[in-house]
Formats: sequence, structure tokens, C-alpha cells
Amino acid sequence: MTKEPVQLPLPGFDQDFGQWRADYGRQIGVDRRIVNRSGIEIQPLYTPRDWDGSAYEADLGFPGQYPFTRGVYPTMHRGRTWSQRQLIGLGTPADYNARVRQILAAGATAISFLPCNSGFRGVDCDEVDPLLLGTCGTVSNTVDDMEAALDGVPLGEISTAMNDPVPFTLLAFTLGVAKRRGIAWEKISGTSNQSDYISHFIANHMFYRLSLPGSRRVFTDHVAFCLEHLPNWNPVSVVGQHMQQAGATPAETVGFTFATALQYAEDCVARGIDIDVLLRRFTFFFDISISFFEEIAKFRAARRVWARLARERLGAKNPNSWRFKFHGQTSGVDLTRQQPLNNIARVTTQAMAGILSGLQSMHTDAWDEAVATPTEETARIAVATQNILREEAHLCDVIDPLAGSYYVETLTDQMEAEILAVIAKIDAVGGMYKAAESGLVQTMIGESALRYQEKIERGEEKIVGVNCYQLAEDESAGKPTERPDPIRMQAHIARFKAFKQNRDRGAVDGALAALTRAAHDESDNIFARVVEAASAGVTHGEIIACLRKELGFGRPLIVS
Amino acid sequence: MTAPRLDPPARVLVTKIGLDGHDRGSRIVAAFLRDAGMDVIYTPPWQSIAGVVKLATEEDVDAIGVSSLATDHLIVPKLIAALREAGLGHVGIVVGGIVPADERSMLLDEGVSAIFGPGAARDEIVEHVAALAALSRAARDAELREGTS
Repeated sequence: MTKEPVQLPLPGFDQDFGQWRADYGRQIGVDRRIVNRSGIEIQPLYTPRDWDGSAYEADLGFPGQYPFTRGVYPTMHRGRTWSQRQLIGLGTPADYNARVRQILAAGATAISFLPCNSGFRGVDCDEVDPLLLGTCGTVSNTVDDMEAALDGVPLGEISTAMNDPVPFTLLAFTLGVAKRRGIAWEKISGTSNQSDYISHFIANHMFYRLSLPGSRRVFTDHVAFCLEHLPNWNPVSVVGQHMQQAGATPAETVGFTFATALQYAEDCVARGIDIDVLLRRFTFFFDISISFFEEIAKFRAARRVWARLARERLGAKNPNSWRFKFHGQTSGVDLTRQQPLNNIARVTTQAMAGILSGLQSMHTDAWDEAVATPTEETARIAVATQNILREEAHLCDVIDPLAGSYYVETLTDQMEAEILAVIAKIDAVGGMYKAAESGLVQTMIGESALRYQEKIERGEEKIVGVNCYQLAEDESAGKPTERPDPIRMQAHIARFKAFKQNRDRGAVDGALAALTRAAHDESDNIFARVVEAASAGVTHGEIIACLRKELGFGRPLIVS
Repeated sequence: MTAPRLDPPARVLVTKIGLDGHDRGSRIVAAFLRDAGMDVIYTPPWQSIAGVVKLATEEDVDAIGVSSLATDHLIVPKLIAALREAGLGHVGIVVGGIVPADERSMLLDEGVSAIFGPGAARDEIVEHVAALAALSRAARDAELREGTS
């Protein structure tokens, strides 16, 4: 998209600009061509000829006002800073509980829950090699497990985000815990992170559990249930992170993510959900890479694009529905195994980009994430990084502080154009569900990943310690890796088996029968039956096995 | 030094065992090896150890590359034992991905030929796998000769 050059009321501009161009050319000799990750060529200088502010009202506006380019709320970080939401999960539920209490004591204002990879694969702890249990997340298969994990955590007062793909068993267990503690469901607040089954199908196969049509059904039922019973819960988090981690460019990522969000919105509307009730509870989850200005422009453009899509295309009437609210996670892909302490600098840079973009919630990676599961100390440094940027660096004093920069505004416009081009490509094949089913998106992401890898190999993208400034002696050795205590894990497996022995078999069978019936009855709500099953003592693995039998097993399309 | 090109080309299985599904690395490495002229058999994530042994037998591979981005490297020794059990002790094993420093020697002691971390260069990987495949092929041929003589 090229814009008409602006006629500037600046006497002498053309002459001075011409002079600068000539001086620049003489001094630099052969100029390097610089292209950002999204494929946009970056100029050495931006001036009012690139961006003159004449479209300020239409394109920027004010914080809290359409199209929200400058922020979704009037006060932004000056009023309320982002939630510090560190993703944690390790070992047994008791191990998780000990860690979450430390994180809360250290100043975290919201918690998250990352289940064990065995859980992501849809099985219980007694079905996998015990060596792998709890190494990448907390083992949590029953309502009892969740009760132990959340012991002493003020459920109902603190926001809880869970990495909880379809069929959302962790939320079901949490609601079971709330029932046991007598906490009203209306008070439960948080987010179903990873509800975005399309992104799992495309780019994070680890989270993929049910067939594509089966996931679609459970997802819309879950949204309907949450909107009815959990007024403070965000049932939808559309995840750009997976796609960017898998190799999509930042602009492609936003395009794919919004195409996905449009698909979900249309599916929910088709199920009879009011668009304004739905969009108020939409959240997004994105990667923040180290491509500093590109990320800032990405998020500023994303706010504008989403506002226009929600208002003009989806027909939402309530301004709340137009707000692009997002959780950002500093990108693990940018971290290096080589000279790993350097990752603190990388995470700080990524976090600055996130804060200057106006995010609502953030996870900063621990520096050792490229080599291991973070320890208590490295996780604490990650939280401190956010505190330092907020308290000492004064990054929150001014709302949208980079607005008006000729560069940032030009780049924001260019990223917007790229994002819209990607959405148009997905629209052309009939929307994101079809684009995922056909493998189109997977192919596009694979190509982008390879292109970026080749840039690193050619030295066009430099990574300190990897393709420049390498050290002969690698300093990464030394720190012992934390692994779950095998004795505690064995004891946990024994407790799990005892739980299954001692539960009311009749209630379990009844709940599974109801779940089976719901799978074939479109007028029933599958997630409501999942919640009942969780309270009746049905395990995570049993719920998923039942739904896989009825709705089909998830086999992601692998495009190699 | 460039490893000798095998004829027929080196046959390499690129796979992921265990629970993790992050497949960006395994896909890129599979493309590297294929571009270098090797016959690459690529599998999706979450293969079982028994499944990998079966595939290695059927496809008569010279080397196996196991990608591990979470903690699945912890069960690579079990894969190596299962391969030996099945008479595939000659097949070379390399691991790619994230292996904590203090767990590297465990894998190398168990018979993993090399571990390539993030940022490993294409040439380094390709040359190592080519050399490893040549050794494995020679070992297999020697076993076959012994078996028939």
C-alpha cells in the first residue's frame, strides 16, 4: 500500500531533505538493505513526508477511544499497570502450590497454571513414562489435584489463567474446588488460555486433543457456558503466540489470529450468542519478539485493525467489544542456549516493547528457559525485570509514548497493511477453519520459518553468541537441572490410583454416560457435562478418552 | 572435511518421542538433511519407542535424529536400549533441541553420538549426520557379511 506523498507546509524541507540524502549517500557508500521480520523494508530516516499526522483523528484518536490505536483504556498504565502473570507449573500439585505461594509473596498479581505435558496429550499420570511426569508442568488430573494445587490461594479474589485447551478440564476442576469451598462461581475470574483450538491444530500440536469438528463444538459450548455462569471469566483467548513461535512473521501472526477470532465470533453468533456479550470477553495472547519497533508497531496496528473488524465487520455496537486486550509473553524463540545470562538483556528488551505497546498482562521468560525449566531464582528475576521497568525506568508515566514518531507511525501503518493482506488471503479460501483444514496456513508458516532461519545462516540476522560474538568456552554448563522429586511423584501416582479406587463408581458412570449423550445432542452443552463429570470424580484422561471416542481423535495435519 | 556421500544415499529418520509437540526444529533439520541429498523419513511428534524401532527396521535407516524441546530426551536411553534389543545397535543416534548441560553426558554415555542445541549450524549438523550414517552403514554391512559367511 503506497500513500500519496504529503504536501508539506514546511519551507525549505525539500531542499534540506535533498541535501541530507546526498550527504547520507556519500558517507554510507553502499547501503545495507534492511528488511524487518514481516518483510517491510526499513529506511534510514523517517520524516513528516512519511507521516504528517493529518489522519490523527481517524487512525489514532485518544486512549480509550475508537480505533484505540493509542490504547484500549483512557488511563492505560498510568492508571493501572499490567497484570504480572508468570506461567508456572512443575511437579506435583503440592509442588505447584509451594511455588505459587512464593510468586504471590514476591508481588505477582495474578496466577497461571501450566499442566504437565501428559495432560496436554490428554492422558492421566498413570498412563505415561514416570520419567517425563511433571517435568514441564504440573500433574493435575482430578478435582482433588486442583484442590491441593490451589490450597491457600484466594480463589474468587485472584485472577487465574489456565493453559487449558478443549475440553477445559482444568476449569472444570477449579469450579469443583470452588463448589467445595463454597465460593460462588460468579466470583471466579481469569482466562481460559489456550482455548484457541485452531492455533493448536496449526501450530502447537502439543495441545491438540480432539478432532477439528469436535473441538469446534466443545469450544462453542464452553463459551456459551462461561458467558452464562462465569461473568468474570474470559472463555476465549485467541493465541497468536503459537504461530509466531512456529515461525509466522509478526504481521502474519496478527493476520492469522484475527482471522481465527473472526471464525470464533461467527461460530458463536451462529450458536445464538450475542456478539457484544461475546466480544467483551475476548482476549488475545501474543508473543513479544526482540524485533523492538516492529513489535510495538504490530500491537498498535493490531488495536486499530481489531477495533475496525469488531465494529464494521462483526457489527458489535458496544465500545467494549472493540477493545483489543492482550497478554504478552516474551518470546522464548529469541533466547539462546549460548551465554544464557545474556537472555536477561533479551527479555528486558522484549518486555520494554510489550510495555510501550500498552499490553494488559505479561509473562516475562526466565533467562534459563532456553536450557531448562526455570528455577525459583530465575523466575524471581523475570518478575523483578517487570518491576524494574515499571518502578525505576518510568516506562508507565506516559500513555503510548512512541506515538507521533515518524518511524513508529509509518511502521504501524505498514504493519496494518500487511495484517489486512493476510486476513484477505484467509477470507479468500473461506475463513480460518477451512484454511487450517486445508494446510494453507501451515505451509505459509513453514515457509516463513525457513526464510528466517536462512537469514540467520546468511548472517543477515545476527544473534549474539550464536552467529557472532561467540565464546570459545561455553559458560552454559554448571547449573543442576531441577527435576521433580521421584519419590514425591511416585507418592502422587499412588494417591491418584487411590482416588480412582475410592470414588463413587455409580456417579462416575452416570457422568460419563451424560457426557456421551451430550456429544450427540446439539441442544445439550458438552462443557456443562464436563463440569459435572469433574465434580463427580471423573479424571482428566477419562473425560478426554470419552470425548475422543464420541467426537474423534485430534490428528493435526503435518505439512513437512 | 566433508563426509563421503553414500550410495544409495544415507537414510535418516527424523522423529520426536514422548509428549512434546514442538516440531519447528525437527522440520527444519529434516529439510536441511533432505537438501543435502539424504533420504529423510520424517514423522510427526509423539512417536512411541516401539513405533520408532518398527519404523527404523522397516525403513532400514542408518541414523535417527531425535528432537527434544521439552524433557523427552530423558527417555532416549530407553530408545537406544530398544534399538539394540531389536538388532539395530548399528543405527547412529543424534539428539537435537534443548538438553540441559548437566544431562548431556548421560545421553552421550548411553550412546548418543552428538547433541545439537539451538543455533547449531546447518553444515555442522549435515556433516555429522553424513559421517555417522556412513559409519552405521559400514557397521551394518559388516554385520551382514558376518551373518552370511
